[in-house]
Amino acid sequence: MIKLEAIIQPHKLESVKAALLGIGVDGMTVSEVRGHGRQKGHKETYRGMEYNVDLLPKMKLEIVIPNARQEEVIRTLADAAKTGVIGDGKIFVTDIVDAVRIRNDDRGEAAI
Amino acid sequence: MNSLSKRTIIARLLLTLSLVLAFADVTLAQSPAPAAPTETSAAPAAAIPAEIAKKLDDLDKAAKNAQMSGDNAWMLTSAALVLMMTGPGLALFYGGLVRKKNVLGTMMHSFILMATVSVIWAVIGYSLCFAEGSPFIGDFRYVFLKGVGAEPNGDYAGTIPQQTWMIYQLMFAIITPALISGAFAERMKFSAMLLFMTLWSFIVYFPMAHMVWGKGGFFNAVAGGVVPAWDFAGGTVVHITSGVSALVCALYLGKRKGYPNESMRPHSVVLSVIGACLLWVGWFGFNAGSALNAGPLASSAFIVTHFATAAAVLGWMLIEWMVAGKPSVLGAISGAVAGLVAITPASGFVKPMPAMLIGFAAGVVCYLMVSKVKQMFGYDDALDAFGVHGIGGTLGAILTGVFATKEVNDLRMGKPMGLVDGDAGQVVNQLIAVALSWGLAIVGTLVILKICDLVCGVRISSEDETQGLDLSMHGEEGYNLES
Repeated sequence: MIKLEAIIQPHKLESVKAALLGIGVDGMTVSEVRGHGRQKGHKETYRGMEYNVDLLPKMKLEIVIPNARQEEVIRTLADAAKTGVIGDGKIFVTDIVDAVRIRNDDRGEAAI
Repeated sequence: MNSLSKRTIIARLLLTLSLVLAFADVTLAQSPAPAAPTETSAAPAAAIPAEIAKKLDDLDKAAKNAQMSGDNAWMLTSAALVLMMTGPGLALFYGGLVRKKNVLGTMMHSFILMATVSVIWAVIGYSLCFAEGSPFIGDFRYVFLKGVGAEPNGDYAGTIPQQTWMIYQLMFAIITPALISGAFAERMKFSAMLLFMTLWSFIVYFPMAHMVWGKGGFFNAVAGGVVPAWDFAGGTVVHITSGVSALVCALYLGKRKGYPNESMRPHSVVLSVIGACLLWVGWFGFNAGSALNAGPLASSAFIVTHFATAAAVLGWMLIEWMVAGKPSVLGAISGAVAGLVAITPASGFVKPMPAMLIGFAAGVVCYLMVSKVKQMFGYDDALDAFGVHGIGGTLGAILTGVFATKEVNDLRMGKPMGLVDGDAGQVVNQLIAVALSWGLAIVGTLVILKICDLVCGVRISSEDETQGLDLSMHGEEGYNLES
């Protein structure tokens, strides 16, 4: 099993969710996060005081899938999240050792 | 038939005469002391039969009652509007501008004054402001609101119950100290704040209100003042005293921890927009209510207040757009407040076009003040109470001397009212009143801060400041989004 951690633009969440559901990925965890890569934020001015806001709001999706589906899911997710402008985000891939379904003690791929 | 119509004519004449006198009695501004009305008009009644005389007397009473009802309805409404300026108007305006850990503490600064000043006012404040005493402070004749009842107080407002006048004036005494809280936002102890505001009411506000509006007050242009300055609704009393005191507080307390390097962005300009709109609406009670009746002067004050504010919004927005590149929402609403402040002293004396000039100038000057001058000197007037109220109030007070005209308010019976009427001396009177208000505010506030510092310390501890006023002072949080 692998875990995809996708950091995406908040306004892309709905299209990503729909695309993933479309290929049968029906489990995910979403959190509101803040961060920046090369995008480096923007400037705000309040009564002449300038502030650099460099941590921008993003959405983080965590999805655990069987190894076999890696490329298919990454492709779908990236296509749905892309605008082509700086700040679109990243996808990180990590190995998952095991999984447990708390309700009935299913283990491994049966639990995801 | 013939004699009846004659009687009717006499009756109508007398009624008209008494009405004219009754109205002449109340066309003055916030402080005037009109002469006793209508008694003389009863004299010819001796020549007509008792039955008619009684009828005339009844008509006279009915006319007076009708006027009192109309004026009283507007003045009670105005009193409520001015209270609404403090809560929720100012509470929202200031609350939105601070960081979210301080939102409750900041709103409390306004809200708690609605209670504190009210109690002080009933016990002694009203008496110190409006009882006749020395030119500088009133005496004790109205303590515990003794003698403040349904009868009008002819020294101030001859057509509304003194109770209405008293409660209307209370609302001004509440909002004035609340304005100062913008300067010491996010870093003053709650206990010190309460002590400060109490002492400030006694040492700065009550004397100032008495001098400008009280009978025999030093600056009272209408009721025998030494330096007759025009201040229709409180440019000197409310905005200069609070704004200048705010600057003293900002300098005395020092900067907020981390200012200006850490981010101190307003946590919700949305709240501030709502607050500013409530201030704009409430200000109609503040300025048009200061006519103290529901007559034409109230209409005049109402419209010049509105047009000055509109021009000020555009003034601030345009200069900010030119200088900083973007027309900000915070700028637009700050412009509105600056315009409202600047038109306050002038609202009962100027025509709509000069009012727009005053507003536009206030928008531009206050923008430069808060965005350039403040940063040049480096003091931390956190929410710009000085930049907007101190500077806007001073500008408005001086321009009142320039644009006051007898065409709007003929208080000098045909003689010039301001520079546009040909009386340059009025500008000098305004400057003297401005200088003395600045002086009283600076000295008074310094003394009070020193006392508060000795009694309980004015500034919160560094840890409390980091944690925020809401948790450290009140044990609450403004936003519990997970509960």
